[in-house]
This record gives sequence, structure tokens and C-alpha cells, in this order.
Amino acid sequence: MHWELELVFFVILIILALVALMVRNLLTAVVMLNVFSFLSALLYVVMGAVDVGFTEAVVGGGVTGVFLVVLIFKTTRRSTD
Amino acid sequence: MKEAENNPIVSLIASIVSPFIMLFGLYVIFHGHYSPGGGFQGGTLLAASIILIRLAHSSHTGQLQFPAKLGTPLGSLGVLIYYGTGLAALWWGGQFLNYAFLPLAEEISLRRSWGILLVEIGVGLAVMAILVSIFDDLLEEEDHD
Amino acid sequence: MKDQRLKIVNYSLLLIFLALLIYASLGLSPRGDLNSWVNREESAAHSPNAATYYIRHAYHDTHSPNMVTAILADYRGYDTLGEETVILTAGIICFLLLRRERRKTKNSKNKEIKAEK
Repeated sequence: MHWELELVFFVILIILALVALMVRNLLTAVVMLNVFSFLSALLYVVMGAVDVGFTEAVVGGGVTGVFLVVLIFKTTRRSTD
Repeated sequence: MKEAENNPIVSLIASIVSPFIMLFGLYVIFHGHYSPGGGFQGGTLLAASIILIRLAHSSHTGQLQFPAKLGTPLGSLGVLIYYGTGLAALWWGGQFLNYAFLPLAEEISLRRSWGILLVEIGVGLAVMAILVSIFDDLLEEEDHD
Repeated sequence: MKDQRLKIVNYSLLLIFLALLIYASLGLSPRGDLNSWVNREESAAHSPNAATYYIRHAYHDTHSPNMVTAILADYRGYDTLGEETVILTAGIICFLLLRRERRKTKNSKNKEIKAEK
């Protein structure tokens, strides 16, 4: 139905995933993962699964980001590989 | 997290926003019959509001709002509410988790509706308490070093 | 040199996986297709399909207009029960693994007190 919108979302999702894999700074990777979660939540809403999208936005975009930031704060910010 | 990073703007904005997140979490739990949402999402929102206060203010203020000791007991209480609803249905002569046997209302469909609400409250309580307690456990080491 | 070759192997594996996924997704029926097996009243084995039952009876059975809540908490109550047990287990395991430090310090304090006595 909204296939243009979905195409844009999918392209941005792939770019975000690649950036989160490639980047050295782990904080940037966490932020990229958060944006990834929010965009996939939007994608779920476009597909009509509002409940799943809500869960993804709350859990993937909110609490997981906080936990990963806390873990980075406790360990190290630079990835070695 | 660290006492030195106590920015007044961040703490003010956090204390303004946190009650609204908490209210929205309660709305999501109790309005789960009519709008998207339910126990899991609402509990996560409640946990997010508590964690926001813990991040923005000093850890002492967060402990005043929701003590770290309460995490595991409240989570267990939530799971017990769920199991208790199922066992209550068993007690009044039905199958496990068959809400039609709970003596909460006259109509069977309304009984099921109330049973769903009880279960959602249990799920929300458990998810909130356990997420906050995991957050506390992750930051635990720092306070005692 | 070795890194270069590993990188080439990695990317070619990723591309093969991408092609496999795209090929697999071609077999899915389009979303909202009334004639796909998921949306018919009878499944392929001529048994009644669960989804149509939920759509027809969810409101009358549970008096809740949101079908997802009715399915998650009522029809599939055991599922949610197991999910919540998993969350509680995760919380308790974090508690046991990460809060060990404090117990050690308490024990050491007790030992110190005993040693003083």
C-alpha cells in the first residue's frame, strides 16, 4: 500500500545496520541501534501491527539503549577490532 | 550515575518529564483492553520513568523514589499475581487460567475481561520491578568500591 | 593480505545470504491477501483456522475490543505466563551474578568483626 515509504525505511535500515557494524566508537553504534529500533517500529506500524511496533519502540528504543549505555560506561568506549 | 555530572537542566527536565511517562505507563496498562498496549509495554514505560530519575539525579534520590531492595520482591509479587489468578480459577472449579470461573462479575465475558486486567497488572508490576532491579545490579559495584 | 582475503570471503558470504533471504521472501504471500492459506477459514489440512475464530469471537468471549490483548492474556495465557517466568528468571540471575560483591564485603566485614573479638 505505502510501498514507497517502506522502501525508504528499508534502505535507511540497511545503512544504519552497516554503520553500527563498521563504526569504532561503541556509543555511536548504540545510538545507531536505537534509531534502527525506532525505524523498525515505524515499519511495523505501517504494516498494521501497532502492538508490535509499540513494544519495539518502548523496549528496543528505550530500555535497551539505556542498558547498553550503562554497559559502555562501565567498560570501554572504543572497540578493539 | 556520577555525582559530579549533576547538570541542573538535565535534572529539571527529567523531573518534569518522568511523571508524565509514569502516567502514560499506567494508562497503557489499564487501557490495554481498548488501545494497543498491555502489561509488558506499560511496565517497561514505568521502569523507564524510574530509570530516568536514577540517571539524571544522584543515585540517592532514585533510591528514595524506588529502593533497590524492592526490586526482586515486587517482581516475584507480580509473577505471584499471575499464578494466583490461575490458581483462583482452579479453586473455584475451573481449569488453570480459565477466567470464566472467577466470581468477579455476572456475565462470563465481563469475568474474562476482569481476569485479563488482573493478569496485566501482574505482568506490569513484574516487568517494572525487574527492569529497575537489573539496572541497579549493573550499577551496583560502583557504589561499594 | 590474509585480512583482505578474509574480508572478501565475509562479504561474499553476506551477499549469498542476502540472495537466499530475498529468494525465500519471494515465496511469501502478499500482505492482506484474502486467498492465502493464513487468511482462509480452513487450513490446508481441512481443519478450522485459529485466526478466523479469534477474529469472530474475541469480543464476545472476552469483552475487550483489542484482539491482541485478548489473545495474549486469555487464549494464550500459558504463553504469557512462561514469558513472565523467563523475565523473573533473568532478573534473579542478574541479582545473583552481579550483586556478589556486596555479599563478599559483608562477609569480610563479619570476619573482621570476629577477628577483632
